[in-house]
Amino acid sequence: MQFTIEVGRYNPEGRYADNAIPGEPFPAPWNRSPVRRYQTYTVDLPEHAVVLDALIEIREYQDQSLAVRCACRSAICGSCAMWINGHANLACKSKLQAFTKDGKTRVESPPSMPVIRDLVCDMAPFWEKHLAVKPWLQNKQPIPPPDEEYRVPNAAMEELIQEVSCISCGACLMDCESFAVNSEFLGPQALAQAYRYTGDPRDAETKERLGQYSESGGIWDCTHCYECVAQCPKGVAPLDQILKLRKLAVDAGFTNNAGTRHADAFAESVRDSGRLNELTLMPKSIGYFNVIEQLKVLPSAFNMLRAGKLPPLIHHKIPGLKRIKAIFERVGGRFK
Amino acid sequence: MTRDHDVLVLGAGLAGMRAALEAARGGADVAIVTKVHPIRSHSSAAQGGINAAISEEDSWESHAFDTVKGSDYLADQDAVEIMAQEAPSDIIEFEHMGVIFYRGPDGKLGKRAFGGASLARTYFVGDITGQALLVTLYDQILKAGVKVYEEWFATELFMEGGACRGMVALEMITGELHLLRSKAVIVASGGLGRLYEPSTNALICTGDGYSLAYRAGAPLMDMEMVQYHPTTLAGSGFLMTEAARGEGAYLLNSEGERFMKRYAPNKMELAARDVTSRAEATEIAEGRGIDGNVLLDLRHLGPDVILKKLPQIHEMALDYLGIDMIKDPVPVRPGMHYQMGGIKTDVDGATSVPGLYAAGEVACVSVHGGNRLGANSLLDTIVFGRRSGKASAEYVKRTAASTGGEDLLASEQARLQELLQRPYTGDTPAGLRLELAVMMDKKVGLYRNEAGLREALAAIEGYKQRYARIAVGDKGRVFNQALEFVLELGYLLDCGEAIIRAALERKESRGAHTHTEHPDRNDAEWLKHVVLTHRGGREPEVSHVPVTITRWKPEVRTY
Repeated sequence: MQFTIEVGRYNPEGRYADNAIPGEPFPAPWNRSPVRRYQTYTVDLPEHAVVLDALIEIREYQDQSLAVRCACRSAICGSCAMWINGHANLACKSKLQAFTKDGKTRVESPPSMPVIRDLVCDMAPFWEKHLAVKPWLQNKQPIPPPDEEYRVPNAAMEELIQEVSCISCGACLMDCESFAVNSEFLGPQALAQAYRYTGDPRDAETKERLGQYSESGGIWDCTHCYECVAQCPKGVAPLDQILKLRKLAVDAGFTNNAGTRHADAFAESVRDSGRLNELTLMPKSIGYFNVIEQLKVLPSAFNMLRAGKLPPLIHHKIPGLKRIKAIFERVGGRFK
Repeated sequence: MTRDHDVLVLGAGLAGMRAALEAARGGADVAIVTKVHPIRSHSSAAQGGINAAISEEDSWESHAFDTVKGSDYLADQDAVEIMAQEAPSDIIEFEHMGVIFYRGPDGKLGKRAFGGASLARTYFVGDITGQALLVTLYDQILKAGVKVYEEWFATELFMEGGACRGMVALEMITGELHLLRSKAVIVASGGLGRLYEPSTNALICTGDGYSLAYRAGAPLMDMEMVQYHPTTLAGSGFLMTEAARGEGAYLLNSEGERFMKRYAPNKMELAARDVTSRAEATEIAEGRGIDGNVLLDLRHLGPDVILKKLPQIHEMALDYLGIDMIKDPVPVRPGMHYQMGGIKTDVDGATSVPGLYAAGEVACVSVHGGNRLGANSLLDTIVFGRRSGKASAEYVKRTAASTGGEDLLASEQARLQELLQRPYTGDTPAGLRLELAVMMDKKVGLYRNEAGLREALAAIEGYKQRYARIAVGDKGRVFNQALEFVLELGYLLDCGEAIIRAALERKESRGAHTHTEHPDRNDAEWLKHVVLTHRGGREPEVSHVPVTITRWKPEVRTY
């Protein structure tokens, strides 16, 4: 079966084929020169072939200059995450037929990462975040003697297999909406690994971890866009792990941060008025007494005013508020 | 640019990282040189588990005996004893590092059955045991702050006064060639699966370390012993873990018969891998296969066992064959999987070359002999990785640093420059590699004979001549993978020749080496290792080393 592959090429030495078509520059801060180009190849492969089969076929028999990372070909090593038709996927797990759109499949280095060459991107941002969450067991003391394991229920180990299944391919971070606008955000993979160790009954630093992850750039910087859940090829569902960490952090008393205050402001507003009071949301999240940070958002407020987007100054309660309160009572917890 | 360390580890799989961690603990300044990021290493593909005699009803002697029997009595029993004795504490150490091993009802480590073992002693994490060990060990390497030269490709070992003192490596991201000097080098670069087509191995398993060490003067041993795994997925050749059979899966022929009852009536599907693979090949050859495959039937295990304990192979069969193993049997066939032989080492990973150590699949201690038992390879990596790391850290304390090597760097630069300038001859590295690998599978595979091996050797000679003129299809500096593939093909050719020469030498059938003209094991003449020593442009020297026997005299091997 014939497949047409349009490959985003990038060559720092400016070596491009004559028929390669110049593309858009990568977005800042990764807008490197020279601009990338798109080169189209046709490959003949079985109908069940995957994108990686096509790339290997091209590299081996059509164009040895195509750079692509791959090793296991079976979604275990995590090498071949790349943009396929505008979303991060493992090339070895993406069937060509399913990814053929308007007669072709477009593959390129994800714009969220610095490109090195062709489909090879610099994974340094990914690994820096991984390292930042201290992804190793801080052993609960005393460590059992050398001939004895920690005794823990199998359910506690099985609970973590979802996070351990992560193959560090980086697809989640490549498409993370929060990372796209905030390079400080630890990102889905690192936070899923953060949960993997926080949730381990053999780890002694649960509290320190939750404190660290609650800081700026941590669990509260996720915007719930679900891209990581959609892109993860191994079902790690990083967002679910981030939500678990949030609950653990709040339960452990890490509530004095913008993330918790923001969530609290939501809940309180709905409890007390039945709807969201957007006017108080921002100041409450920042903290009423944090004058310097309050002043920093003033320009945004003026912009909103000018654009007619400022929320109404008088906040109205909804009728039948009693029933809302009853829901809060029933749910229990901090807001009943 | 030149950099100096005490110990350089080539490869960042389980053996390499375990060696690096131990050498660092021993006070050495260690760096890892790896052509891929450590997490991409092929150790992650090990699925089923890791063996140790931990439970009360088990003993290290039983584990050692099963290993020796599995090896068809070619393993060195002193080394096997060490591995079996040290297995429990090494696995527990990984548990303490954080590996989420499966637990029994009492909260202690739980186990599953595996092939060739007299009782269940395989510890595991679902069917991602290798991955679980690898990520945990990588995180320990991060914690220890070990330097990693990531995506650096070794082109040559640096030899000085007969000792190994580092290597020259190509930094892929810049295209720059570097001299890395050290007092010791531990080669832990993994296997050579790309020498065979098909193979369960990743594209990166190109025999780099075998060739580099062999050319540096370290002999290779047991190279004829190439393992074919009984259950590789039809078509792609991906691994379907032995744990499937460990959990109770059946092997069926086209008549729906559990044919293993005719080959291994006691152990059935859990016979040793060489026995099971040959049984499958016989069924297929006698017309009871299905398009060159037999069937792996897991249906009776039920969705709970499959989804909880074997999720990865369930996903792979679904992804690559469109078969849901909960509902249908999966077609499988024997496929090249593992090289039992390798760089000859002692039980501390030391080769006969001063300063040169080896561990993991690339090494031959020999604990696997003629046939490796499933779940003994992960064990091999962590036991002998640790031991070689420890020994190298001791060695560097009494060894002076080198200040030379600049001439080697210059000659390597010239060699690569010449490679890049060659004109196209009609051969591509991929095309030549495929020819080589298909030939190896056909003539040096599950069954061998004298004429076929002679043809194979002649074929290798032809490939080498074509290789000597092969061009690199990319002339750039940054991330020039075409250059890397050409160098890897050179490593594979060395490995192929060594396997063929060793196979020609062994005139009997033992373990994975089945010689159709000498179908029986011949202990009187062949209870010994075949050792190859590189001699420059001449044919290698072939010699024999007796098998070390401590407790277990060779017996007839049945399962």
